[in-house]
Amino acid sequence: MPLAFLARRLGMTLLVIVLAIGINFLIPRAMPGDPIEQQLNQLAASSGGNVGDVQAMVASYRARFGLDQPLWRQFLSYLGDLAHFDLGFSLANYPERVSQSIAAGLPWTLGLLGVSTLISFTIGTLLGGLLAWPGSGRLVRLVGVPLLMLSAVPYFVLGIVLLFLLALAWPLLPVGGGYPFSANLRWDWESARMIAVHAILPSLSIILASLGTWAIAMRGMIVSVLGEDYIMLAEAKGLSPARIFFGYGLRNAMLPQLTHLALTLSHIVSGAILVEVIFAYPGIGYRLYQAIQAKDYFVIQGIVLLLSISIAVTMLVMDLIYPLIDPRIGARRT
Amino acid sequence: MSRPASPFALALRGALRQPMLVAGLVLLGAVVLIALVGPLLHDTALAGIGTNRPRRPPGGDNPLGTDAQGRDILAALILATPQTLKIGLFAGIIGLGVGVLLGLVAGFFRGVADAVIRTAADVMMTIPGIAVLVLVATNVRTMSVALMAIIVAGLAWMYPTRTIRAQTLSMRERPYVDIARINGIGGIRLVLTEILPNLLPYIAASFVTAVSSAMLATIGLEALGLGPQNDLTLGMMIYWAQYYGAILRNIWWWWLPPVVMLAIIFIGLLMTSAGMDRIVNARLRVES
Repeated sequence: MPLAFLARRLGMTLLVIVLAIGINFLIPRAMPGDPIEQQLNQLAASSGGNVGDVQAMVASYRARFGLDQPLWRQFLSYLGDLAHFDLGFSLANYPERVSQSIAAGLPWTLGLLGVSTLISFTIGTLLGGLLAWPGSGRLVRLVGVPLLMLSAVPYFVLGIVLLFLLALAWPLLPVGGGYPFSANLRWDWESARMIAVHAILPSLSIILASLGTWAIAMRGMIVSVLGEDYIMLAEAKGLSPARIFFGYGLRNAMLPQLTHLALTLSHIVSGAILVEVIFAYPGIGYRLYQAIQAKDYFVIQGIVLLLSISIAVTMLVMDLIYPLIDPRIGARRT
Repeated sequence: MSRPASPFALALRGALRQPMLVAGLVLLGAVVLIALVGPLLHDTALAGIGTNRPRRPPGGDNPLGTDAQGRDILAALILATPQTLKIGLFAGIIGLGVGVLLGLVAGFFRGVADAVIRTAADVMMTIPGIAVLVLVATNVRTMSVALMAIIVAGLAWMYPTRTIRAQTLSMRERPYVDIARINGIGGIRLVLTEILPNLLPYIAASFVTAVSSAMLATIGLEALGLGPQNDLTLGMMIYWAQYYGAILRNIWWWWLPPVVMLAIIFIGLLMTSAGMDRIVNARLRVES
């Protein structure tokens, strides 16, 4: 792998991370209004003005959180805390740390999005290939084209409709959550089954809504592969249509799809925040929603930072792995 | 010998030959029509809070029922639709405008400007839009439709910038640009007279994408509860429905109308952009 490419790519990632941290640090401080003063004023208003000197309390809180220090010192201590993964405390569930809240939500989000994305990728790619393949029947077109249309509808809008149809109108699946409210999760089949059942609806919304994107991209690729000589040669050799489709068509059209898959997987954490909200799924997205509702600023900032950094880092990893899959890439990019 | 058709007529004839494009435009036209003609057919003053008895099922004076705050849903829908379209269009226009400008500068003049613009676009594309949006929106005191559009527009310029830059790069090497250059046309005039007109189809196609993704971002923010609390938009209708538990309480007339309207808008936009894509990229013109 050329060194210049590596250096440029690392620099880029570093730039993104610094920028993300900077944005995360500056935006809340640049906005007019002081969250502490706001909260205390609210408290004063709701308790009939009996909290005492609000201004003095604001000053003492500001000193406590270091908000009276100059901006650069605040930034340095912010960086120092970040280095220890210390994102502060949750304001809404006080003793809980932001990092604990995130760690509790992350596996749910990664599991839901990871599995859904892979299923949707597989079905969508096959569908797209079949849609462009001359030999596939009318049925494919009949089923496929409406599915392409669904890809225009936002995930969570589809989620609402599915929730209504499959959990309320026809109560087949649970309405929300990651597992039954009263259940204790253990490492056994029963827990796994419950988690799987609860994941079906959110997963289905993601799959149905993203299927079309994969299919449309694959269709375009297959169309350009169709004119190639090796397809004609394969036909002339009398290979079976299935073998030509999989071995000669799909296989050669696959590379851009894989790039796209890598890109999508890097957005895995932020991919379906709203689906989690609709289904009260206990992942990062639902936690973000709850934090916004409770004005839990530190949790919001922590999750936002996680979203930015996770994308930057996974994209770097993908870019470094990629030349191993396709040697042409590394050389071309520099 | 007949006179050659004007480029405009040719473009129009080409567009009409794309059923996808026509169908998409018809859908979007229908939505705009509802927003324009709706107020004439149904009293939109009923969308005010407390103007009706709350939680009425559809029927009688309220064809789509009323919500928890006593708003008539049909009236609210008629008022919310243009607001959502407005945010999308506004953010799309700003994002595309900035994108075309930066893309042209980067693609045509190359050099330092190109490096800076390209890096900025790449970096901004890596930081997830929703993260920045959430951060800004949580720290704004009162959200309004106009502010919403500006915030979303701030993240809508990267994709157009990259598309236009790539097209400009390939166009500046075309023979007709060389001929213009030999004729002594240079700099900004060359961009305006030779390159920009040929970019128009790409600009039109990116515009539809920009509007669509701006609306998607807006609705996402609104569904998270960060939208304009005092204005009616389709996303806010869904948010309030979700907030009052309409889905679980089986009050379908709270959430279904805005959901259907959004689905029509997004499918219309997808068909329009797919149709335009086929005009722009001749390679995709295959039977489907």
